[in-house]
Amino acid sequence: MSVKLTSRQVGDVTVIDAAGRITLGEGASAFRDMIRDLAAKGNKKLLVNLADVSYIDSSGIGEMVSGFTTVTNQGGKLKLVGLSKRVKDLLQITKLYTVFEAFDDEADAVRSFA
Amino acid sequence: MPLRESGHMEKTQTTLESSLESVDQAEAIAVDEARKLGFDEDGQAQFGMAVREVMVNAVVHGNRYNQKKKVHLEIERSKDSLAFTLGDEGEGFDFNSLPDPLAPENLLRQSGRGLMLARAFVDGFDLHPRAGGGTEVRLVKNLH
Repeated sequence: MSVKLTSRQVGDVTVIDAAGRITLGEGASAFRDMIRDLAAKGNKKLLVNLADVSYIDSSGIGEMVSGFTTVTNQGGKLKLVGLSKRVKDLLQITKLYTVFEAFDDEADAVRSFA
Repeated sequence: MPLRESGHMEKTQTTLESSLESVDQAEAIAVDEARKLGFDEDGQAQFGMAVREVMVNAVVHGNRYNQKKKVHLEIERSKDSLAFTLGDEGEGFDFNSLPDPLAPENLLRQSGRGLMLARAFVDGFDLHPRAGGGTEVRLVKNLH
């Protein structure tokens, strides 16, 4: 199964719900397109909900970093919520926990954009 | 790292296409072999990811999706250890010349983390030129 992506608004924060696998090919491409599309439409507060993501490979991580850079360069913020232990481990190994602001609770994450 | 020799050892070889489907296939084989040997879910996922990342490297950077080029997979199993050796038919590269993905100036690079992740999830990682051209990576994971 590849990734399924949907977006919703919580106040002025755009939450992207991801489910499945963000891996090289379709999954990573879909994730990249979604972030770029939302950023191009002027959304500056993006929260990626990874609670239902079962797997991310290095390509998926690369797309998350690319999305972070795209949004940041446009004056926005991209944050993460709902990371599984495996995804947290990946962020530790890659030292990307120093780049991404990550939350366990969505309400806390949304409030952090204020 | 040599495979732990504990009695009977099995070895099989197979050839994979240079495609994204083969990347998924190699990962599935790795997870299945790890499960059969008795690794827990985390161990299976870690070995699957290590094999996936090396396979991506072989297909994308080694063989460059060239359908005429193959990825050669050798699987070795002992009672408490599993080894996958993946060889591509690319031009080869110097592992030590790759940028350090953990260096502050490289943290925001989009790519370059695959082999580092593979290395992090196994007990033995050996990258060397493949006889006849290309690159070969041997991954070893021990049960305990």
